[in-house]
Amino acid sequence: MELLSNLALGFETALSLQNVLYALVGCLLGTLIGVLPGLGPSTTIAMLLPITYTLQPVSALIMLAGIYYGAQYGGSTTAILVNLPGESSSVVTAIDGYQMARKGRAGAALATAGISSFLAGCVATLVLAAFAVPMAELAFKFGPAEYFSLMVLGLVGAVVLASGSLLKAVGMILLGLVLGLVGTDVNSGTARYSFGIPELTDGVNFVALAMGIFGFAEIIANVEQREHRETFTNNVTKLFPSREDFRRFIPAAARGTVLGTMLGMLPGGGATLSAFASYTLEKKLSRHTKEFGHGAIEGVAGPEAANNAGAQTSFVPLLTLGIPSNVVMALMVGAMTIHNIQPGPQVMTSNPELFWGLIASMWVGNAMLIVLNLPLIGLWVKLLKVPYRLLYPAILVFCCIGVYSINNNTFDVFMTAGLGVAGYLFARFGMEPAPLLLGFVLGPMMEENLRRALLLSRGDFGTFVDRPISLGLLIATAVLLTIVALPAVKKSREEAFQEA
Amino acid sequence: MNTRMRIQNQKDFGAGCLYMLAGVGFAIGAVGYRVGDAARMGPGWFPLWVGVLLAVIGAVIVTTSLRSGAAPEKVKRPEFSSLAWVLGAVVLFGLLLKPAGLVVSLMVLVVVSSRASHEFTWRAALTNAVLLTLFSIGVFIKGINLQLDLWPAFLG
Repeated sequence: MELLSNLALGFETALSLQNVLYALVGCLLGTLIGVLPGLGPSTTIAMLLPITYTLQPVSALIMLAGIYYGAQYGGSTTAILVNLPGESSSVVTAIDGYQMARKGRAGAALATAGISSFLAGCVATLVLAAFAVPMAELAFKFGPAEYFSLMVLGLVGAVVLASGSLLKAVGMILLGLVLGLVGTDVNSGTARYSFGIPELTDGVNFVALAMGIFGFAEIIANVEQREHRETFTNNVTKLFPSREDFRRFIPAAARGTVLGTMLGMLPGGGATLSAFASYTLEKKLSRHTKEFGHGAIEGVAGPEAANNAGAQTSFVPLLTLGIPSNVVMALMVGAMTIHNIQPGPQVMTSNPELFWGLIASMWVGNAMLIVLNLPLIGLWVKLLKVPYRLLYPAILVFCCIGVYSINNNTFDVFMTAGLGVAGYLFARFGMEPAPLLLGFVLGPMMEENLRRALLLSRGDFGTFVDRPISLGLLIATAVLLTIVALPAVKKSREEAFQEA
Repeated sequence: MNTRMRIQNQKDFGAGCLYMLAGVGFAIGAVGYRVGDAARMGPGWFPLWVGVLLAVIGAVIVTTSLRSGAAPEKVKRPEFSSLAWVLGAVVLFGLLLKPAGLVVSLMVLVVVSSRASHEFTWRAALTNAVLLTLFSIGVFIKGINLQLDLWPAFLG
C-alpha cells in the first residue's frame, strides 16, 4: 500500500523530537488564541509568520497548522463558558453550549466538544491523506487555462459561502487582486504602482496586509465597544458526560464529521461554514428539536466535529492544487513561499517529507489537543479572566516586532498602520476582509495564468470553454452563482448569516 | 415631495464609493504602463481590466444603495480616539525604534496604545509595558536573535 508507506514517512517526520515540539507549540498557541476572544487564527498566524523564517519549513508548517485546528478546540471553551465565540467557527457552539453551561452542565458540554473535535480530526486527516494523491494527479493535467478557471471558481466559491452581500464581496476580491499586483511585474520588469518608493517595488507586504486589515482593525473594533457578559468560569465540575449523553452525541458527531470533511474541501469552505451547516442538519434531524437553543447536546457535538473536520480538509485544495480556499490557507501559502516552496501538486513529489509530515502531524496534534483541553481546562478558564485592556497591547507588540523583523525595515511598520486604517474603514462599511486577502494571494498567479493561456490561444478567450476541464470549472462557477441568486436561497442565506 | 436624494444604505454607499475610487485609480495607473492586447499582454492589461470591473461594481453598489427599496443601514459614528491611540502608538514605535532602541519604543507602544481602552490606568499600563518589554527581550533578542539595538545609540 502506497498510502501506508507515505504515512510511515510522514510519521517519521512528524514524530521527530523537534517537530513534536513545534506541533505542541502550535497546539498550545492555537488553544490559547482560540480561548481568547478577539484574537483569531488569521491574526495569530500573520503575527507568527516572520518568526517561522528561522525554522525548518516542515516545522514551520506543522506549527502553523496546529494553530489553526488548535483554535477550533479552544474556541469552543469560550463559546460554552462566556457565550462569546472565541473563534468565528464557534458561533453556533455558543448557542447550545452556553445554555448547557447555564444549566450547570458546562463540564459535559466542554467534554462533548473536545471528544467530538478529536473524533472528527482523526477521520478528516485520514480523508486528507487518501484524497491527496488522486487530486494531485488530476492537477498535473492542468494547463494555464484550467488554473485560471480553477482560481475563478475558488474565488467565487469563497464569496458565495462567505457572509454578507455578494457584490460587495466580489469588490473585495477585485481590490485584493489589484493590490496583489503592486510591485515589479515579473515579465516586463516594470515597477507597478510603486510611486517611486523602493520598498514598494517588492509589492505590498503580505504580513503587513494581513495584520493591518485583520489584526489592527479587530483590535480597534474591540476597544471601541464596552460590554460585560455573564461568565461561568467558576463552576466547571463533573467533566465526564453521562451514558445518555454519549448515546445522543456520538451520532451527531459522526454526522458532523462527514459534513465537515466534505464542506472543508470546497473552495471557500472550512471550519465556519461546516459548523453552520452541521447545526442546521442536527436541528432538522433531531427528535428533540425543541431542546435546540436551550442546551441540546447534539447542537454542541455536531458543529464542533464539523468545524474541526472542515479545518483539516481545507488543506486538500492547498496541498494538491496550490489554491488556498480560505484566509488561513492563504496565510499558509505565504508561509510556504517564505521558504521558497511553491504550493501545488509538485510539493508531494519534491518535498514528500514535508507533505506527509504535515498530514501525520495532524494526528499527533489532535491527540495532544484532547490532552491539553480536557484535563487542563481549568488553566484555560483562568486565561479567560485576562482583561482585554492588557491583552491588546501585547498583540500590538508582537505585530510590530514581527512586521519589522521581516525586512528589518520600519517602512513595513508604517504600511501596517496605514492598512489598519483601511481595515477600520472596511469594518465600518460592512466589507469582509477575507476575500481581499484571498484575491491578494491569487492576484499574481491569476494574471500569470491568464497571460499564458491567452498567449497560447493567440488572444482567443474561447480557450477557456474549449478545454473540457476548464469548461467544467466555469460551469460549476456559474451554477454556484445562480444558486445564490435564486430568491429562496438568497433569503435563507441572509437569515443564516443574521443568526451569526 | 421628497426631492432630496437620501442615502438609504450608508454602508453600501461608502463601500461602493471606495471601490469606484480604487478602481478608477488603478485603471488610470494601468494606462501609464504598456497595456498591449490579450495575446501579448503588457504590464498594464490585467490591472486595467480589473480596475474597470471594480469601478463598475462600485457604481452598481452605489446606485442600489440610493434606491428607496434598499435596506436602510447606518454607519455607526466612529470613535476616532481609539483608532488614533492604537495606530498612533504603532507609528511612534516605527519612528522611535531606530533612534531610541527597542526598550524605549516598546514602552511607548504599550503605554500609548493602552490609552485607547476605556478602562485605562497608568499603573496597569506601566506594569504591562515593563512585563511585555522584558518578555520581548527574552523571546526576540535572546531567543531568536533578532538584530535590534536595545538602548538609544548615544547610550550604547
